Amino acid sequence: MSQQNPILGASPIRKEGRAKVLGAALYIDDMALPDMWYGATVRSSIARGTIRSITFSPDVDWSQYAIVKASDIPGENTIVHLTKDHLCLAEGKVNHPEEPILLLAHPDKTALIAAVRGVQIEYDELPGVFTIEESEAAVENNDVERIIWPGSDAGGTANCFKQYLMYSGDAKDTEEGLAKAFEEADFIVEGEYATGAQEQLYIENNGVIAECNKDASGKITDVCVRGSMQCPYYLVHALTLVFNLPEEKCRVIQVETGGAFGGKEDFPSVIGSHAALLAMKCGHPVKITYDRAEDMAATTKRHPSRTRHRTAVSKDGKLLGGTVDFAIDGGAYATLSPVVLSRGTIHAPGPYKWPHIRVKAKAMATNIPPHGAFRGFGAPQSLFGLERHMDKIAKVIGLTPEEFRRRNFLATGDCTATGQLLSDEVDMQHLLTRALDEAGYHEKLARFAEENKHSSIKRGVGFAAFMHGTGFTGSGERRLNSLVHVDVTEEGKPEILVSSTEFGQGTNTILCQVAAQTLNLPYEDILIARPDTSVVPNSGPTVASRTAMIVGKLVERACNQMLAMLRDEEKLPADYSTEEFKAAALAYRAKHGSLRSSVRYEPPAKIFWDDDLYRGDAYPGYAWAVYVAEVAVDLNTYMATVTRFDALQEVGKVMHPVLAKGQIEGGVAQGIGYALYEKCMWKNGKMMNNQMTNYIMPTSADLPPIHVHFEEVPSIHGPAGAKGIGELPMDGPAPAILNAIENATGVAFNTIPLLPEDIFERFTSFTDPALGGTEDLDPTTDLDTSVEATEVNA
Amino acid sequence: MSTIHFSVNGNKQSIDVPPMKRLLDVLREDLHLTGTKEGCGEGECGACAVLLDGELVNSCLVPALQVNGARLCTIEGVSTEGRLHPIQQCFLEKGGAQCGICTPGMILATHHLLDKYPNPTMEQIQEGLAGNLCRCTGYMRIFEAVQEAAKHETAKAGAV
Repeated sequence: MSQQNPILGASPIRKEGRAKVLGAALYIDDMALPDMWYGATVRSSIARGTIRSITFSPDVDWSQYAIVKASDIPGENTIVHLTKDHLCLAEGKVNHPEEPILLLAHPDKTALIAAVRGVQIEYDELPGVFTIEESEAAVENNDVERIIWPGSDAGGTANCFKQYLMYSGDAKDTEEGLAKAFEEADFIVEGEYATGAQEQLYIENNGVIAECNKDASGKITDVCVRGSMQCPYYLVHALTLVFNLPEEKCRVIQVETGGAFGGKEDFPSVIGSHAALLAMKCGHPVKITYDRAEDMAATTKRHPSRTRHRTAVSKDGKLLGGTVDFAIDGGAYATLSPVVLSRGTIHAPGPYKWPHIRVKAKAMATNIPPHGAFRGFGAPQSLFGLERHMDKIAKVIGLTPEEFRRRNFLATGDCTATGQLLSDEVDMQHLLTRALDEAGYHEKLARFAEENKHSSIKRGVGFAAFMHGTGFTGSGERRLNSLVHVDVTEEGKPEILVSSTEFGQGTNTILCQVAAQTLNLPYEDILIARPDTSVVPNSGPTVASRTAMIVGKLVERACNQMLAMLRDEEKLPADYSTEEFKAAALAYRAKHGSLRSSVRYEPPAKIFWDDDLYRGDAYPGYAWAVYVAEVAVDLNTYMATVTRFDALQEVGKVMHPVLAKGQIEGGVAQGIGYALYEKCMWKNGKMMNNQMTNYIMPTSADLPPIHVHFEEVPSIHGPAGAKGIGELPMDGPAPAILNAIENATGVAFNTIPLLPEDIFERFTSFTDPALGGTEDLDPTTDLDTSVEATEVNA
Repeated sequence: MSTIHFSVNGNKQSIDVPPMKRLLDVLREDLHLTGTKEGCGEGECGACAVLLDGELVNSCLVPALQVNGARLCTIEGVSTEGRLHPIQQCFLEKGGAQCGICTPGMILATHHLLDKYPNPTMEQIQEGLAGNLCRCTGYMRIFEAVQEAAKHETAKAGAV
């Protein structure tokens, strides 16, 4: 069978694009069900304490409202993720601001505002912890008053949701190797790097509509929730526990979703359970949609982090060994923090050869609303630390950032820090060469150095080298055990049935491209079903850069299997027309009543991961990248601006060039926001700038030209060789930009977000402006404990 | 309640509404024109942008009373009989719409921009769309869509 016009690699029109440009696509807030009521949430106003009393104001006619409290929950009071520590509704005590305590519903949306205010809650406040350091200190000092999380049987200890200890080999051998490396090192370089929380800021807030049906005796028979979300089966799982119902009685339907970025991975389990409880109580469908202020204050954000590096390096620029201490702030409940920590841990060594490395990682509890999934999922945090540290080492040992990295890059045939043999082609040397060429790096390096002498606007260039693993970490894909169906409808059109969701990134389109290519049918003829768990199988969550590679491969296999079925039973010729396919498919349907090809994930034979030792093949494949930032720092306003950005990545087969570019550009824009604009202001665990007015994301006027370049090295794990790209572009911008700012100003900034006031503070706190040197301004030199850039044996 | 008279997408409307009701809610709730989206409710994101007598406004900041006698265009009025306007076609082809929630406002902002500057420079495009936030695209595909639309004469033919 020959493909006349390959559709994979072309850029057909987005499947649901027409409805979107017409304004006809229906999002959850565009929908209403008959006799629908509206729901609202009464939340904690304090960070931590016990609830002394709840009183209902006599000014409100409460008989008109449905009220749900924890004791109304028919099943377990939990929002299940990895453990069950996270309550659906607070019971007796609260552990973070905005924690849900009561739910209210009323037929009139506008009647809810006064009612929420009319619930008065009195607390006995308890001391809270609000940073990684405060949480650590409570444990170190055995300050029982500030042990805010008890530990769990899922691997947590007091104030710590999860710890990992990752070694580049056998633990004992690695420790011995590290001891020797630090003894023999020509240089030991230390550094500390920190990143802040980041709001996903999808333009459509979280929202759902829930229904709850009961039999004549009043017993709950089933619940149904539709809404804006990434992972319908996560919500199914949450509902089975909250309602004590079997999975088939908990139906979830994803509707058009206005952006997600991880922010609608775990959180819909909360708002979905809440709306369903209100529907149970009032006997009507209930819609809950948050406004922007509530969404920003109460829902998940990217985990703040702190990374400490200590690295042994030889004078010829070889990494001899390193230790990494990586900590993230998980917020008040474990939720997804253990897996965010895992991805951050595995990405911490970056695309480099480490003879010996130890990564110690932990997720700490604080009295802040739980942090959750956001594009990159721990990797942007640890890679920020690493790629700033690489520039620092280069400077200390007297090599260029380029040359130092070149002497340490991983290559084909090497092993990663988890012991994964890189059998697929990896060519970081070439990626670096091409990225620097595309960006005009060397020419600019020289030119800016000259121009900066005579200007108060300092320009600079910097880059970051990194990779991002595709799919669930370690044995995750084995556990997910994803299932995909491809059917043929009664009109004779193939229809893909998956729980993988579209939220802008292009799931609908690329999966239909895979089917069109594999079945050799027109793209326009391929249908994809709306993710409705009563119809679609569980193809896993739409997260972790897994959809194109993992689910795409399953769709490809299902289509090949369908062709085999039609060849066997209907004598479909090897070379067939669209009409011949249709005739064969309909004949099969007539005989069997339906035509369905189902395939389940089969772990690649050579991929193995040991969860206990934390060693093995962490991901089936990686996308590799070098990003180059060009910046201007205005020393009159202290504003740093990105003036050009080049993003080069090797992502396997590019399935849809227009969508792929859009993914990279969008991720880079979020990365620029992460580095220079977006700062969550916290006060006692409460977000103070929960508005678009004062939480600043980049506008069209703020962004530089973003140049996207692809290299394609097809992977055997993805359809037609594709790998994942969704999260990758979030990893590189922040370190590339801060490296460029150091190049421009000579000052090392190691914390993001980096706002003008932060730059101002550093520049105006010079004791002697004549000094002006980098190392004097590096905060780590102030630490007594730090052996800053100690040169030994030299 | 006040009775307000106005036209939306060429259709005359007379409705009784509280005078301070947001135009956004009048459109979505009273007229069931749900293509106009709410993103922030405070005039920052532009998801609710519509054309009011040819000017681009955030409908979450406009009280109903203010549109009495006015001519409104929402995203539902941009296409004609199901035929995409060139701006919509260019957004579709160039990847200007990802999740789609900012798209209606962005298309109206583009319409307004091309009315003002039929052949806009990149700076004019960047400034003209700066009131419309998009979290998906990083704006680059949108800029391409606008530049492409500017090549179509009909995209620039006066306010809808």
